[in-house]
Amino acid sequence: MSLDKETIKELRKLKEKHPMPEQDPRERIKNFDEVPFGYDQETAVKEAMRCLQCKDAKCVEGCPVEVDIPGFIKLIQEEKFDEGIKKLKEKNNLPAVCGRVCPQESQCESFCVRGKKGQPVAIGRLERFLADYELAKGVEKPEKPAPSGKRVAVVGSGPAGLTAAGDLARMGHEVVLYEAFHATGGVLRYGIPEFRLPKEKILQREVDYIASLGVDIRTNVVIGKTITVDELFDEEGFHAVFIGTGAGLPQFLGIPGENCNGVYSANEFLTRTNLMKAYKFPEWDTPIKLAKKVAVVGAGNVAMDSARTALRLGAEEVHIVYRRSDKEMPARAEEIEHAKEEGVIFNLLTNPVKIIADENGWVKGMECIKMELGEPDESGRARPVPIKGSEFIFDVGTVVIAIGNSPNPLIPQTTSGLELGKKGTIKADSDGATTRKGIFAGGDIVTGAATVILAMGAGKVAARAIDRYLSTL
Amino acid sequence: MFKIVTKKVLSEVNKLMEIEAPLVARKAQPGQFIILRVRENGERIPLTIADSDKEKGTITIIFQEVGKTTKELGTLEVGEYLSDFVGPLGRPMELPTAPGRVVAVGGGVGIAPIYPKVKAFHDAGMEVVSIIGARTADLLILEDEMRAVSKELHICTDDGTKGHHGFVSDILQKMLDDKSQKIDEIIAVGPLPMMRVIANQTRPYGVKTLVSLNPIMVDGTGMCGCCRVSVGGETKFSCVDGPVFDAHEVDFDELTRRSRTYLDEEKIALEKFEHDCRCGGGK
Repeated sequence: MSLDKETIKELRKLKEKHPMPEQDPRERIKNFDEVPFGYDQETAVKEAMRCLQCKDAKCVEGCPVEVDIPGFIKLIQEEKFDEGIKKLKEKNNLPAVCGRVCPQESQCESFCVRGKKGQPVAIGRLERFLADYELAKGVEKPEKPAPSGKRVAVVGSGPAGLTAAGDLARMGHEVVLYEAFHATGGVLRYGIPEFRLPKEKILQREVDYIASLGVDIRTNVVIGKTITVDELFDEEGFHAVFIGTGAGLPQFLGIPGENCNGVYSANEFLTRTNLMKAYKFPEWDTPIKLAKKVAVVGAGNVAMDSARTALRLGAEEVHIVYRRSDKEMPARAEEIEHAKEEGVIFNLLTNPVKIIADENGWVKGMECIKMELGEPDESGRARPVPIKGSEFIFDVGTVVIAIGNSPNPLIPQTTSGLELGKKGTIKADSDGATTRKGIFAGGDIVTGAATVILAMGAGKVAARAIDRYLSTL
Repeated sequence: MFKIVTKKVLSEVNKLMEIEAPLVARKAQPGQFIILRVRENGERIPLTIADSDKEKGTITIIFQEVGKTTKELGTLEVGEYLSDFVGPLGRPMELPTAPGRVVAVGGGVGIAPIYPKVKAFHDAGMEVVSIIGARTADLLILEDEMRAVSKELHICTDDGTKGHHGFVSDILQKMLDDKSQKIDEIIAVGPLPMMRVIANQTRPYGVKTLVSLNPIMVDGTGMCGCCRVSVGGETKFSCVDGPVFDAHEVDFDELTRRSRTYLDEEKIALEKFEHDCRCGGGK
C-alpha cells in the first residue's frame, strides 16, 4: 500500500484521529475479551501520516520512558514496521502494554501540536499497532550484551520492576526478578482486567520478552519474608537492589459495616477476577460472589475497572459512587467513556456513610449522603461537603471499595536504613536512589498510587542510576 | 514447582505432607503459615506450618480434607509437585518473656497448628499443659508428638472413644477453677466455634488467651484485605497482622459470617471435583 501525494496531503490536514474499531458495548459486557481491536496496517499508516515530524518534537517530553515518537511514527509512514518496533523497543520494553494502558492523553499526546487544532496524533494506538504487529509475527530474540559481572535484584514484577529488570539486563548485568505472587506482572496481572490487557496474549508475551533478555524470574518469593533485603546483599551476593513493590495496601472507608459479607476491596475483587480467574469458576477454583446490584465506591481507573468487571461477571446494575463531581473524577476519559457506554450508572456528589447488613451479615444496602462542592482543599480540588438531611439508602448487595491504595509496608518494615515518607512511601531522589547505599526504588512504592507509565519511567531512570552506581564498585 | 517428599495418612481425613521448599524452611517460625496452589487453575489456600527442617529444606503441613482443594491435595503422592508454595507468611508467635505455665488447646485439625507453638514454648523452657480433642478417637492427630513436648496431655473426644467424653472446654474449666495452679497464658487453635467458646470461657478469669485464625485469604501479603477481622474494634488483616490474636478482642460473630461467604461455591467446586474424579477426569 502506498499513498499518493494528494491523500497524504489530505491526511496531514485531518483533524481527528482514525477511530479504533472496538467490540459493541452490548456484546462486550458479556465477555472478558479485549474491547478495542487495534489498527490494521492501512489505518496505522494513514494515522501515522497525520504526524508532522516536528523537528523539536514536544511529544517526546511527555513520555516518561523517552520513546523516540517521531522516529517510530516515521517508520510506520514508510511502512517499515520491523524497524519501527525496533525503534520503539530501544526505549520501551513493554510496548504492547503501554499501547493499551498508558494515559496518552495526559502524556505524549497532550504535547502533540496537532492537538492544538483538533485531535493529537494517536500515538498510543500506533504504539499498540507496532507491538501487536511484532507479537503476531514472532518476537525477535534480542542480542545479549557482554556480562558486566554485577548482580542486581529487582523486587516486584510490576511495570517498574519489569522495566528496570529489562533495562539492567540490556546493560549486561545479571538480574534476578522476584515476585511474591505465583505469576508475574504485578498490577498488570492482578489489577488491570483481561478486557483492557489480555494476560496470555499480551502480558505474558511481554514478560517472556523480558525473560529473553536474560532476566531470571523467580515467583513465589516474598521479599521481606522469604528473603530480606539485607540477605539479598549479605547472602545472595547482589550488588544493588531495586524495589518496585507498588501500592498494594487497600484503603477502606472506615465506615460501619465495612466488614460485612459482600464488601470487597477493589484489590480483592480484581485479584480474584484477573489473577485467579474467578470468572471461569468452577473450571478455575477461586470463586467470586456478586449481587445483582453492585456499588463501586471511587472514580479512578481502578473503580472503572471494577465496575466494568462487575458487569461482565453478570451484575444487572452497576453504580459508581463518588463524593466529588464529574470534573474531579481521576479516571482516564476513555475509561469513563467505556464504562458509560457499557451502562455503568454514575452517582456523583454522593458519599457512603454506612453499610447495612441483613440478618446473615450480607450487604443489603448502603446509606449515602449527598454532597456539594465547597472551597478547594489541599489537593486543589473543590472540597465535597455533606448536605445535611440528604441521607438515603442505596439498595445494593455488593460493595467494592476503590478509593486507593497505600504503599505495601512489607519491605519498609523489614529493611533497615530506608527513610520513609509520610504515607509509608520509600524516599528516593530523582534517580531512584534511596537513603541506603545500593538500594534504589521506583513506582508506586515511592510516589504512592500513580500510573503504569510513571512506574515504568521510574524503573528506567533507576536502571540508569544503578548502572552508574555499579560502575563505581 | 514444589516436591512432596513425605506423605502420611494421620486419620481418615487428616494428612501430613513434607514439602521441599528450602527458602521457606530457612525462615519458618512457629505461628507462621504458607499459601499453596495445588495446580495451575487452583485456588490459593493458607495452611499453618506444622514443622520445618532447615537442613532438609522442608516444610511440614497437615490438612483436613474438607473441601475441593484439600481433597485434591490429598490425592497427590510422594514425588509429585505442588505448583506454588510461598511463605513463611504472617507474624511469628511471640514467646512469653518470663518462664511460666501455658495451657495449649487444640481441637480437630487445630492440633496441627498448635503443635509447633507448643514445641516452641517447650523449647523456651515453659511448662505446657496440652488439651487436645476431636470428634472421635480416629480423628485425633499428633498425640505422641504433643505428649513429647507437653508436661501433661489431656485427651477428649466428643463420642467418648478416647479420653474424656466431652469437650476440651470441660478440661480447661477444671484448670481455670484450680486456684493452686496459675495459668500464665492460654493458646487455643481449632474450629471457630471452639475458639469462640474458649475466648468466652477464659474472659472472666482475665487469663491472657491467644487464638490463631484461619480466615479466607487470597494473596497472604496484605494486598487484598479478604482476611480482615475486627480485633478490639479495629480492622486487622489476619495475613500480616496475625494470624495469632488476643482471643478476647476478636469479633467471632463477624469472623464466622465471613468464613461462610463462599459456602455455596465451595459445595459446587467439591461436587465438580468428586464428579470429575469418578469420571476419571480429575487431573
